[in-house]
Order: sequence, then C-alpha cells, then structure tokens
Amino acid sequence: MRDLSLHILDLAQNSVRAEAKVVSLSVLLDENGILSIIIEDDGKGMSEELLARVQSPFATTRTTRKVGLGIPMMAENCRLAEGNLSIESTLGKGTRLIATMNTASIDCLPLGDLAGTVTTLVSANPEAPDFTLHCQSPQGEMTFDTREIRAALQGVSLAEPEITAWMIESLREEIQPIFGGVTL
Amino acid sequence: MKSLAELEAIRQKTLSRINLRKEDENEAIRVVVGMATCGIAAGARPVMLAFMDEASKRSLNHVTVSQTGCIGMCRLEPMVDVYLPGQEKVTYVHMTPEKVARVVAEHIVNGRVVEEYTIGATEDK
Repeated sequence: MRDLSLHILDLAQNSVRAEAKVVSLSVLLDENGILSIIIEDDGKGMSEELLARVQSPFATTRTTRKVGLGIPMMAENCRLAEGNLSIESTLGKGTRLIATMNTASIDCLPLGDLAGTVTTLVSANPEAPDFTLHCQSPQGEMTFDTREIRAALQGVSLAEPEITAWMIESLREEIQPIFGGVTL
Repeated sequence: MKSLAELEAIRQKTLSRINLRKEDENEAIRVVVGMATCGIAAGARPVMLAFMDEASKRSLNHVTVSQTGCIGMCRLEPMVDVYLPGQEKVTYVHMTPEKVARVVAEHIVNGRVVEEYTIGATEDK
C-alpha cells in the first residue's frame, strides 16, 4: 500500500464484512508526532482462536485462495515506523484495531487521501453500515457521521453521484487544516 | 459537518433526477470495481472515484458504481466490470483514472467497447 488511507480503506472492509452497524474510524496525531489509527466496529467479532492467527498472512475468510494480506501488511508498516498494530475483539460485540506509528520515522507512510477513502467506503456501502470519522491533531479536530447525513437526506441514497461529490469535497476541506501543515 | 445546509439543496436536485430514473429502470448501467487488498494496492480507489466523478459531471442518472472483492486475478487489478442492459459484461483490466474517462465517454455514453483495455486484449498478448 502506498499510503495509510489505503490501509484504512482495506481494513475497514473487514468491519463491513463482519456485519457491523457502525464502523468508527479515528485518525489521531498527538503533540509528539505519534499517529494512531483506530478502526472500531460493532460487528460479529472474532473468536480467540481466529484473533490469535489473524495477523498471519495465511489467515483469511475468503475462499478464492489461502492468503490474506490486509492486516499483516499494515502491521509491517507500523513496525517499520516504530509503531505497532493490535487488535481486540469479542465475539458478538465487535472488534477494535489500533495501529500506531511515529510520523518522525523515515519509513512512516504518508496519510494519503483520507477523504477519498471515506467517500469510497460510504458510496460502496450506501445502505449499511454507518461510518464515523474523527480526526484530531494539535491543529484541530473534525467529526463526520453518516447517520447525520442519512437523516438529512430523508431517503435519498448516499451513493448518488451528487452526494458523493459533495461528501469528498467537504471532507477534504475539513481534513486538510488538521493534517495539512503536518509532515504526513 | 458544517455544510449540512448545502446538502438539503443537493437533495432536492437529486430527488427530481431519481424520479426520472425510475421510469427507465431497464436502462440501468452498472460499473463494478474490484476493491479487495489487491485492487486497492494496485490503485482501485482513484479509479472508483474517477467513475463517480465522471458520473456526477456528466449527470449520468442511470449509472451506479459499486464494488466487489477479489476475484482471483490480482495481477490484472485494478479491474472494472461494466454491465450494459441486455449485453454481456465487459471486463477492463489495469485501469487508471485516465482510462476511466475514455471508458465513460466511449462505452458508457456511446456504447462502443474500448477493446484495447479489455481483459481479452491483455490476455492475448
């Protein structure tokens, strides 16, 4: 993956497939330059057995082949940037994935097009789940919640081209000042 | 979300368009982008966003863009299936946002398949 927002797009789809009602994405940068990416869902969760082997590239739920690279690739990119990836999960309750990295590390991937990632997720899953995004850095914060948008749209699909065009534009506008001047 | 007010105006505009679409349901065109780990790593997200952007810019009421998982030909990603009503699906491979503009103009709008981007043209080489 070329940037962190592509990893987020990839891993959030695990939450969608786990039949989550709400998928919450957080991208938090603290004053020491430590970046945390948290992907949290209220899906069906994982058994302890699956949780134990989910970081292996040879664990996957798909049937076309025997490798699943989403989680191991992100874990590797975290470790390269002096960080870590951890997953907590409870069967029937949901899963939380926490990825950390030091943005001062030369191997830390850039954040990339986070607005594009969120818009892609929402437009590909217009009915459910709902998505929330929380971005925070010393420069400010923003929140985004598709439940608010869904309520305002009164039945119009979130995947309508005009809606997605509006979404990506307003997300870019709000995310830019938060991570803008930061070396990411 | 500061611009929720804007959304209401867009919603009104969209509503009239949706009603129009209901009348010609058989005209619906479907674009499906491969979005598994392999697709994303190969650049599927800009491709999907490009389709959505073109659909919005050209007001293509009858086009829906959706996504699918890995279909097992990761070396050909980003892959895109285009379904025109009453026709066999066309699979485009190694897609880029630049290629999307041409596929939309020639195939989706004018009904001429862009043969050189299809899986058939690539696999014959």
